[in-house]
Amino acid sequence: MKIIKAGILDTIQDAGRYGQQHLGINPTGAMDRYSMQVANMLAGNSAGEAVIEMHFPAAVFMFTQPALIALSGADLNPSINGEPVPHGHAIAVVKNDVLQFHKPLKGARTYLAVRGGMAVDKWMNSYSTHLKAGAGGYKGRSLRKEDEIIMKGSFPYLPGKKNFTILPWQADTKWEEENNEILVLPGNEWERLTTESKENFILSSFVITQQSDRMGYRVNNIPLHSIDQEEVVSSAVNFGTIQLLPDGGLIILMADHQTTGGYPRLAHVISAHHSKLAQLKGGDKIRFYFTDQPAAEELWIKQQQHLLQLQNACTFRLEEYFHAARH
Amino acid sequence: MNAPLPTYRIFPLGDNGLTVDFGNSIDEVTNQLVLGWFENLRQSPLPGMTEVVPAYSSFTVYYDITAARKKTPAGQTGFDHIRAALEQRLAQPFRQEAVVERLMKIPVCYENEFAPDLSYLAAEKKLSAEEVIGIHIQQKYKVYMLGFLPGFSYMGEVDEKIAMPRKPQPQPVDAGGVGIAGRQTGIYPLHSPGGWQIIGRTPVKLFDPNQEEPCLLKAGDKVEFYSISKKVFFEIQNAPSLREGTGRGL
Repeated sequence: MKIIKAGILDTIQDAGRYGQQHLGINPTGAMDRYSMQVANMLAGNSAGEAVIEMHFPAAVFMFTQPALIALSGADLNPSINGEPVPHGHAIAVVKNDVLQFHKPLKGARTYLAVRGGMAVDKWMNSYSTHLKAGAGGYKGRSLRKEDEIIMKGSFPYLPGKKNFTILPWQADTKWEEENNEILVLPGNEWERLTTESKENFILSSFVITQQSDRMGYRVNNIPLHSIDQEEVVSSAVNFGTIQLLPDGGLIILMADHQTTGGYPRLAHVISAHHSKLAQLKGGDKIRFYFTDQPAAEELWIKQQQHLLQLQNACTFRLEEYFHAARH
Repeated sequence: MNAPLPTYRIFPLGDNGLTVDFGNSIDEVTNQLVLGWFENLRQSPLPGMTEVVPAYSSFTVYYDITAARKKTPAGQTGFDHIRAALEQRLAQPFRQEAVVERLMKIPVCYENEFAPDLSYLAAEKKLSAEEVIGIHIQQKYKVYMLGFLPGFSYMGEVDEKIAMPRKPQPQPVDAGGVGIAGRQTGIYPLHSPGGWQIIGRTPVKLFDPNQEEPCLLKAGDKVEFYSISKKVFFEIQNAPSLREGTGRGL
């Protein structure tokens, strides 16, 4: 498939590059791993196959051969050859079909998966684009006009189909209530906050500022204060770590976060809510609620079970569909 | 040798990580212990562990919640399981293997165009630029940890005479920039915003994604800087094969 117009930041991502953080090589990977996996499952891929992560404005693609694709994550009002196409479906495209995105209706990041995956660079055991290192994914950079991505798999024309086909079943992607409530666990330096700042953290909502990207979200409200200014010797930080900055603002570390840091770690967003956070954007408001480890793990397991069920259902439906199409 | 285990504290780093903290300090003895356990855990990972990340005086174990819960009795969390396994490991006698210490000699050009903050630092410390350079190259530094950027080495400790706080606002730093922050010194492997006081630049590539081992330095290395002219800087920079001779293997 060919990029006929570049988007603002379209990169190849997978489930992340782990095992290299001791070298300062951060994991990167899809911001919304849940949606990344949903797109892969719809396309009949394994959950960790490389996908294209897009923001708005997103790229315009032309398919140079038939393919089975799927979209998940943010709704950027997609169309093929000008006809609106839905999320949560597998779509069989034919040669010269043009996929584009018209406006950001909901969410921040959308994922495009292609059945069989894409022939892109694997660096240190991951396809994820490491923009700083200039490695992994498509030449270690974001996609540009004229780039051509080779598909690893081939997909036969569906008999008698001259146009793209939306496969009939839809993925049930909802695994919990939709809201902007972010569950967190206390961080090691939480107790350093003044009583007033602790209350502000818990009781008020925070606005995600425009200075938010794949590295982290700057979120603001009333500046928070710590009791003392004792420096924290640099140590590891995690996806979802909420750090207190010197100006009293907060940063929530996201997929391209540094491996280590020295700012106080006030809290950590639970793993099951990373995807929710990844679909929020500048101007959105969030509220933090404390939870505990057992609840965080239960939610994670619930999310994983939902994905597993989805994978089984998709595999079954695809087999059934192809079987019927052949006969 | 068997070293007695100093007291440590375990705290969660989110729902899929836990940090073993030997105290908020920058010292060689603690760091040696951190690096020892890092090697130990890399060679025999705990069940469910995905990776281990060493820092100055702590290391962090990341784990896969689903995998960690597989062997967990009902009512116990994955965290409980990993924590128990880790405590068990830490209770075993720690053997500090005799490691072959690598000494890496890194050429640095301290001339003005590569050293935007050298004259400021010298003036603040009431030294001449030559004195600052002399102090910076007179000793060996230990690489305590890598972090911040791929291959960024946190080294210490510089002489108090040239110690200098970070800048209030980060500024663009070129790849190879050699900086000072407090009593730490380090090299920016990539062009990046940074807050360290930049006193020189090395032509040696600290990070190269195309190499089998992309980072030139690793935690535990000793580093010695030596001063080179601008002419030599460009000679080294334009001769990629010199990377071996100047950095690796020395």
